[in-house]
Amino acid sequence: MFSLSGKTALVTGASGGIGAAIARQLHAQGATVVLSGTREAALQELADSLGERAHIAVANLSDPAEADGLVAKAEAVAGAPLDILVNNAGLTRDTLAIRMKDSDWSQVMTVDLESPFRLARAALKGMLRRRAGRIISIASVVGTTGNAGQANYAAAKAGIVGMSKSLAQEAGPRGVTVNVVAPGFIETPMTDVLPETVREKLIGSIPLGRMGNTGDVASAVVYLASDEAAWVTGTTLHVNGGMAMV
Amino acid sequence: MSDIADKVKKIVVEHLGVDESKVTPDASFIDDLGADSLDTVELVMAFEEAFSVEIPEDAAEKIATVKDAIDYIEKQKAA
Repeated sequence: MFSLSGKTALVTGASGGIGAAIARQLHAQGATVVLSGTREAALQELADSLGERAHIAVANLSDPAEADGLVAKAEAVAGAPLDILVNNAGLTRDTLAIRMKDSDWSQVMTVDLESPFRLARAALKGMLRRRAGRIISIASVVGTTGNAGQANYAAAKAGIVGMSKSLAQEAGPRGVTVNVVAPGFIETPMTDVLPETVREKLIGSIPLGRMGNTGDVASAVVYLASDEAAWVTGTTLHVNGGMAMV
Repeated sequence: MSDIADKVKKIVVEHLGVDESKVTPDASFIDDLGADSLDTVELVMAFEEAFSVEIPEDAAEKIATVKDAIDYIEKQKAA
């Protein structure tokens, strides 16, 4: 089950915690992975640790031209057409709306919403022709629930859901599926520094009684990327320990 | 047959996987050649690339037959 042998996957934001976990699990299922991000050394280190079937493609997704060109670049380094696109790269510029600068808004929109569209558009051209493909975008529970201090991020992540549903309708007749994974609170270096009382309160709001880990998110991506998920499209798979049942 | 007509025909055969004999000037992409709406968009994009022309959305909507495509591209190329 869930073999990705012979498939080629591009993972953006692969130098981050969740992105690296996604790349590792796709690779473990047999996929050839192209790791993308801005930090070349970190990407190379991950590629080296994976060994065979791992390539890197450095790209800064805040630059529209680099976003537009990344799929072609990934296919060139992998030497194969792209079967799986994982839009994982993202950034946050958290602050309350009344203090939010235009640049806080636009940077998040460009990287978290516009670049996934650019990548999906480029990937779809080949996928539609080949009548196969998987596009999986990483959103967030806050795209559904909202979150104080994240008007920009929540809007971008909600946008990912609407975009993916539209693309799923366009690409469905060609057997290409488009889905979203929406993580809740995931253990990362960022959440490690939270005070213990805040952590406890956070965990208290999660029925499954713990924070998520990056592997929880990666497993959901593997499922959606697999042949077994062939009849699942336009959906959002919430991976949040039951914190928000939507 | 003009070079443009020849090339259009070739693109249609390639993209829709239909027999060359079916690609007559009056053949409708959707009604006669089995194209769906996504096919027609892909065809228009293939024409744009092959002939280095831009086919705006409102013009693309009017291209229903092989002849429509040839006429439109010939007009663009002549302009």
